[in-house]
Amino acid sequence: MPITYTSGEQVEVYRFSIPVTIGVPLLALFVQAFIPLRFPRFAVYFDLPLLVTIFFSMARRNPISGLFTGAFIGLAQDMLGHNPIGLYGIAKTVVGYGASSLGVKLDVENAGARLLVTLGFYLIHSAVYFTVARGLVNMTQSWRWSDGILAGLANAIFGVLLYFLLDKFKQRT
Amino acid sequence: MDSVLGRYRNLIILVGVLFLQVLGLATQVRGSGHDLQKTRLIRVWAVGAISPFERALVWMQSGAGNIWHNYFYLRGVRAENRQLKQQIEEMRLEQVRLGEDAAQARRLQTLLAFKEQFISRTVAAQVIGSSGSDQSRTIFIDRGENAGLKRDMAVITSDGIVGKVLLVYPSVAQVLLISDQSSGVGAILEKSRLQGVLRGTSTGEVVLERVMSDEQVPVGEALLTSGGDQIFPKGLPVGTVTKVSNGKDLFLNIKVKPAANLSKLEEVLVLVEKQDRQATAEDSVRVRAADILAQRLPSVPDKPATDGKATEAGSISGATPAGTVTNNAKSASALGVAKPATAPIAGAKPGATSPAAGATTSAQGTKPNVQPVKPSTPPAKPAATPGSKRPAPTSNPPALNPPAIELENPPPNVPPAADGNGPQ
Repeated sequence: MPITYTSGEQVEVYRFSIPVTIGVPLLALFVQAFIPLRFPRFAVYFDLPLLVTIFFSMARRNPISGLFTGAFIGLAQDMLGHNPIGLYGIAKTVVGYGASSLGVKLDVENAGARLLVTLGFYLIHSAVYFTVARGLVNMTQSWRWSDGILAGLANAIFGVLLYFLLDKFKQRT
Repeated sequence: MDSVLGRYRNLIILVGVLFLQVLGLATQVRGSGHDLQKTRLIRVWAVGAISPFERALVWMQSGAGNIWHNYFYLRGVRAENRQLKQQIEEMRLEQVRLGEDAAQARRLQTLLAFKEQFISRTVAAQVIGSSGSDQSRTIFIDRGENAGLKRDMAVITSDGIVGKVLLVYPSVAQVLLISDQSSGVGAILEKSRLQGVLRGTSTGEVVLERVMSDEQVPVGEALLTSGGDQIFPKGLPVGTVTKVSNGKDLFLNIKVKPAANLSKLEEVLVLVEKQDRQATAEDSVRVRAADILAQRLPSVPDKPATDGKATEAGSISGATPAGTVTNNAKSASALGVAKPATAPIAGAKPGATSPAAGATTSAQGTKPNVQPVKPSTPPAKPAATPGSKRPAPTSNPPALNPPAIELENPPPNVPPAADGNGPQ
């Protein structure tokens, strides 16, 4: 099965109902805020709002829609913390734009592609956050490749499973 | 021009959205740092959307847990009850002993005119959520402005300090944990009395900063709050030293394990009211029985004072008027050399703690979960009214009464326990 689309192939674009569009990101934020109370390492290794951003952006295959999806989810995530609002917003805006742009070219139904894309975008997200937090807000940040790749892999594996679940909410245009 | 805009439309919008967010970030961090109050109104939306679900889930979870623990899982409860009762007995005796020590310390503090912070009111709260990010180590609790919470109030558990209130919403508050890198707590090492600043790191560890590298800090030493941050009262447990190494700039790198389990918080206490009080010795108004009798019995007239020398000589010879002896006794008491409170340790009945011990426990303020012990024995009355042949018997058990040398008045500075002003 080819992973990339050629110009002759029809790119399938999906849309989602309004309850899913609003409810799934909110649920992701809720779970992300609640689970660390019982499993503290969850927040270190998993970023559910990021996975939801990647999924919606890839499925819609519209860069503008993707960047706004990322911006809204990221800003909402910022509001739950105490750091300046915009750190996650900027990082997820970039990821949303990139994922939707890539979704035009990639077969996002493929589990392997999803794994690699999620791993890549997790690292991009971390890099953008690190840069903005350190360069613009002057926050103390430490970067460890081993932790980043490990968390990226964890997110990628979890993301593949989550995407299959969220595929049920897709509606063909 | 239109074709260029059309071609790069997506990119232009991306740059525009990013620019707006960068502008927003710059606005927030402008000036002397990041002020959360500027963005409070925006944050209310997200917190308002998430916190009701968190509250409901925590409520359901605790309800299910209560049903299981209170009705089904009662194995070994009787044995545990016996063990706890025995432990209470031992702790009561220990409390009396510590009360004596604390009373002595308080007398000395009086002499030095120390001011102390007393925990006068706390609010219990349940943890309902977190920020969900390892970059922001904060939690949400189910109490807010409606419960009297304000910014910068200390948050603790029975094990140790947790953090401080960062943002307050009507029914929810955000608490900054001590493991966050933007937090700072004044701390002091228990034995070496070295002071430093407790900070979190980006990896979630807690370190003690500003301790010079030529100091000796043993691993395992306990760390307490120093009170220097004006948020936490002095003497609350912070944690223990787990690793000491040489850091940069002539300071030690001291890693600390927090006393409170920050990763599994369920209930916390918010210190909503503190009081700065002058430490006072509770036995400063102790009156000797002989003095009271001397005042009340008509057969002992007041002897006019002649001069200081005569009085001093009289006191030595034993022919001194009662008033002179009283003054000396009071002076000695104020200096802390008087016999301490008279509650005996051995044979004390449970609950029959001396007023001094109770007062000390409540005034220390370092153990907010310990209820102040209300004096169960009323102060002994002299009751030797003119005309009566014998002093009226007191209701005190014999074990609690001093051997007819000194009588205690109730300490004037006992924090009232019944009206809820004592630590909770």
